[in-house]
Amino acid sequence: MRATAPMLLAQGVHKRFGALEVLRGIDLEVAPREVMCLLGPSGSGKSTFLRCVNHLEQVDSGRLYVDGVLVGYEERGDRLHELHEREVCRRRAEIGMVFQRFNLFPHMTALENVAAAPVLVKKEPRAVAVERAARLLDRVGLLARSDAYPSQLSGGQQQRVAIARALAMQPKLMLFDEPTSALDPELVGEVLDAMRGLAEDGMTMVVVTHEIGFAREVGDALVFMDGGRVVESGVPRDVIAHPSQERTRAFLSKVL
Amino acid sequence: MPLRHPWRWVATVVVLVLAAMLVHSLVTDATYGWGVVGQYMLSGPILRGLLLTLELTGAAMAIGIALGVTLAILRLSPNPLLSGASWLYIWFFRGTPVLVQIVFWYNISALYPHVGIGIPFGPVLVHGSANSIVSSLVAAILGLGLNEAAYYAEIVRAGILSVDTGQTEAAQSLGMPRVVIMRKVVLPQAMRVIVPPTGNETISMLKTSSLASAAAVAELFYSAQLIYARNYETIPLLVVASLWYLALTTLLTIGQHYIERYYARGSVPSVPPRTFPELLLRSLGRPGARRREVPS
Repeated sequence: MRATAPMLLAQGVHKRFGALEVLRGIDLEVAPREVMCLLGPSGSGKSTFLRCVNHLEQVDSGRLYVDGVLVGYEERGDRLHELHEREVCRRRAEIGMVFQRFNLFPHMTALENVAAAPVLVKKEPRAVAVERAARLLDRVGLLARSDAYPSQLSGGQQQRVAIARALAMQPKLMLFDEPTSALDPELVGEVLDAMRGLAEDGMTMVVVTHEIGFAREVGDALVFMDGGRVVESGVPRDVIAHPSQERTRAFLSKVL
Repeated sequence: MPLRHPWRWVATVVVLVLAAMLVHSLVTDATYGWGVVGQYMLSGPILRGLLLTLELTGAAMAIGIALGVTLAILRLSPNPLLSGASWLYIWFFRGTPVLVQIVFWYNISALYPHVGIGIPFGPVLVHGSANSIVSSLVAAILGLGLNEAAYYAEIVRAGILSVDTGQTEAAQSLGMPRVVIMRKVVLPQAMRVIVPPTGNETISMLKTSSLASAAAVAELFYSAQLIYARNYETIPLLVVASLWYLALTTLLTIGQHYIERYYARGSVPSVPPRTFPELLLRSLGRPGARRREVPS
């Protein structure tokens, strides 16, 4: 039904940690400019799936394509060969990721955090990277705090810098791993606002979240996961209002 | 009523009496020979020895740090052969006394009379006698530096492990290759853990370099020994050497404070003053600043 090729395509993704099978065959499609929210209890595999997308974890079987390209592997015949580090880095650079615990570089100022990767990875001239970094910080409302170190920023401000840092690499796809879970309740709004702005600008996003309100208002698609499988997916408003699966209903009744 | 601390007064009196006895002895005891101390403090052989001590310390620390960082990175390598080799090196060089290692290098020509550079098990391209290449100074630098590398590797490894793995993941997600992550993200943060013990190691090396006297290197201590072997003014010359060692370690301690402050940027709170002179300077600058902890 979709006219365009998917930005993210997952086919039968399996992942195990030792004896524990975390992902038991995930099939997903995210169209360009689409915002997909992943919901599910902890341990359901949603974060692991996100980490597989940019190859922070290796999949055991299945395929993950971003913009039609396998992320960490090369397909020869029907076997997957892990790519050389340089090529993995090149493909990762096209996927932005925002972490639950921000993971800003504490020894760099907000501006340096945002400008670092374009200079170090893309070999951009410093002036160009710094100018874009300032623009991105302005976009998340933190231009005035450019020279602050992460420790001098609130959690919400740190997360907004982290979003700007990921955007600095001009990614095709943004991954959010529970971006508001580590924040004080009154700081959640400013981060969600920044993400909403990003969605309105047409960024393709996959968001692991517990913010049902955000999923309903901003999400184009909602996927509910449990036990390493996709239990249910659809338009957020419908899934939240009328879950078809008992497992989804039980989960939603607890978090709503 | 403020809380009374009678034992503090007792301890204060004891310390004051001991200090008075020490000063009295320093002033009245002729064996200290302060005249002789003054005469040799700035003499040629002592100053040349001092310079050599600084050179030894610098060279040994340079080898120790360069090789130590390499060993630490190898030790954390996923390749078991590399991490095993690093472990073996550290095991050997930490497990034998540094004095033995210096003397060993000094006598290396007994084991390998000729050294050369060439293709392994193939023809030798350059060669010379071990005696001419490993002079006593080189033996001392090798002994001190290679030993230091083993200790320093463990310091760097602890520093690298202290950096949160989330830092590496964030850098990876931005497309940074491993080498860049190590140099720009992990090591600068590890420095906060690495720098304080590096200062300690340097201060320690300054004094350990006196062991080079065993390889007949005329550094500060050996220079003093050579002089008192002739004029029998043993105590005054030991005082001369000690005063110079104290002066240098004091300078290093102050330098260390500023380096620590630099690498602590971006973290709160800032590094507190550690040395007595620093505390003194600070309390002079802000009278009563350190008196808060006394309950009233």
